[in-house]
Amino acid sequence: MAATSTTVGPAGIDWRPQAILRRLRSGDEIAHIVTLIFGLSILAITAMLVYQLWIHSAPSRAKFGFNFFVTSVWDPVFDNFGALPFIYGTLITTAVALVLAVPLGLGAAIFLSELAPPKISAGLSFVIDLLAAVPSVIYGLLAIFTLIPLLRVTIEPALKHYLGFIPLFRGPAYGIGFLAAGLVLAIMIVPYIVSVSREVLLAVPADQREAALGLGCTRWETTWKVVVPFARTGIMGSIFLSMARALGETMAVTMVIGGTPQISSSLFAPGYSIAAVIADQFTEATGTLYLSALVELGLVLFLITFILNGIARIMIIATQKRGGGVAA
Amino acid sequence: MSFRLIWRKFVSAFMLSVTALCALITVSVLFVILGYLAWNGARSLHWTFFTNLPAPVGETGGGIANAIVGSGKLLLLSAVFGVPIGLLAAIYLAEYAGSTLAFLVRYAADMLNGVPSIVMGIFAYTIVVLPMRHFSALAGGVALGVMMIPIILRSSEEFLRSVPRSLREGSMALGASKWRTIVKVVVPAASGGILTAILLALARVAGETAPLLFTAFGNRFWAHGWNEPIASLPVVIYNYAISPYDDWHRQAWAAGLVLLGLVLTTNLLTRLLLQRQATQRR
Repeated sequence: MAATSTTVGPAGIDWRPQAILRRLRSGDEIAHIVTLIFGLSILAITAMLVYQLWIHSAPSRAKFGFNFFVTSVWDPVFDNFGALPFIYGTLITTAVALVLAVPLGLGAAIFLSELAPPKISAGLSFVIDLLAAVPSVIYGLLAIFTLIPLLRVTIEPALKHYLGFIPLFRGPAYGIGFLAAGLVLAIMIVPYIVSVSREVLLAVPADQREAALGLGCTRWETTWKVVVPFARTGIMGSIFLSMARALGETMAVTMVIGGTPQISSSLFAPGYSIAAVIADQFTEATGTLYLSALVELGLVLFLITFILNGIARIMIIATQKRGGGVAA
Repeated sequence: MSFRLIWRKFVSAFMLSVTALCALITVSVLFVILGYLAWNGARSLHWTFFTNLPAPVGETGGGIANAIVGSGKLLLLSAVFGVPIGLLAAIYLAEYAGSTLAFLVRYAADMLNGVPSIVMGIFAYTIVVLPMRHFSALAGGVALGVMMIPIILRSSEEFLRSVPRSLREGSMALGASKWRTIVKVVVPAASGGILTAILLALARVAGETAPLLFTAFGNRFWAHGWNEPIASLPVVIYNYAISPYDDWHRQAWAAGLVLLGLVLTTNLLTRLLLQRQATQRR
């Protein structure tokens, strides 16, 4: 690293008063301390975030304890709060999103890293990066006016007709609901899966591919039996990363999920997710307990995404190191 | 050729064309979004849309001037909070940090980056709105500013690190102290990259709605100063889209087109700029 050449380690610092004074005069020490304070402020902000969520959710945690997670009553009038419908909604929409987005994203990533000529691959990746920059409220806007009518009139009746023997595809077709939210989430997380998976696939050393091709594998066999297994951990990492995104995604889901705190086996039914209920009800939460129940939901969301992100990062780094290590 | 070989070749060609199809579908989503927004939004784009306040509820017409200015004010505030912290912390990480503390700071920044935006909203609510007892532009700016910090921090650090060692050594050999080297040589050398990092961070938070819902809240009139609830483009789009009025739906499309246009143009320009810098360096 370039920086290490100029950095004097803690052991090399001269602590005599004259030396400190000299450094202060030249400004070095001040610059060091100022930037150190700003560096530490990142830690302070993070700690404060956790602390604020923790203390403001205290009334709710004290009153409901663990029951908060297993009760499905959400009654602001009688101050009775349970998070189960929201946890269910978050999990089911994320699951729908992953089922749809993972094959699509992985396929696209394989095309971009293995098949497409470098120029086309770079161009398409550029477009996909732009896609990741589209604000979520825009996805929500489009979904309300295009996807919902389409689901209500065409897709959901068709699913019911052909797959109605599965409980997931039963019940009246509202348009809004778990399926709509899952679909929008799927569209939103595909860019993340593609760009991260493409990177880990590109990190697979070329000699792995050459060896497989040399043994007489077809292009697809090389990709599917050698390259993808090599990058498996990193691909899992990209999936975890996009899962964290999907769990925490707010606006687009709020706009299409229907806003009904219920647990339904049907994907067509309206529901609620953790992020959506916070977005919808936070401003109208009047009682202390109501507000702290919403903050506790936020805390839950924070912890889940924190854990998922941590796992994802470790997995991606592990794959890239492995690829680099073999190549070197 | 044996049947088995033909079969294997067929499977290969088939699966590879499936992956091509996947890529095509993924990429086409962007053009569908752009096309649909342009089709629905362009019809409502008048000059007055940019200059007028929203019409009273129930009347048609009116504009989103206050939301555009509001978004600008919020972005300015967020930059005031986010840029100094992100940049100075990046300088610390790139130039001074020992390994343990640097790891912790980087880890915390990555953690902040992964925090769902709605949780950032709760955070800003608890530290600004609750003590002040009312929604304000300030609270919205804090929420967006905190979201900017990790983005600016991580990319600025990379750009600072990529400044060649010879430049630093040259400066120090001329007798400059370390901080003069940083201020006069390292940061200017990385300034292009840092600027793109800031622009990308601004483009990212410009579209954020969730953290503004209960911090900046929204306002159908001009907000005076920094202490009142303030309108912003994303929140206006959200409120208009879920409203029951056709005219508001049309305005949501138009506002969506404006927002997406701004975000994508910023992204496009900064990424092209980055690529040109990268090729120049080579």
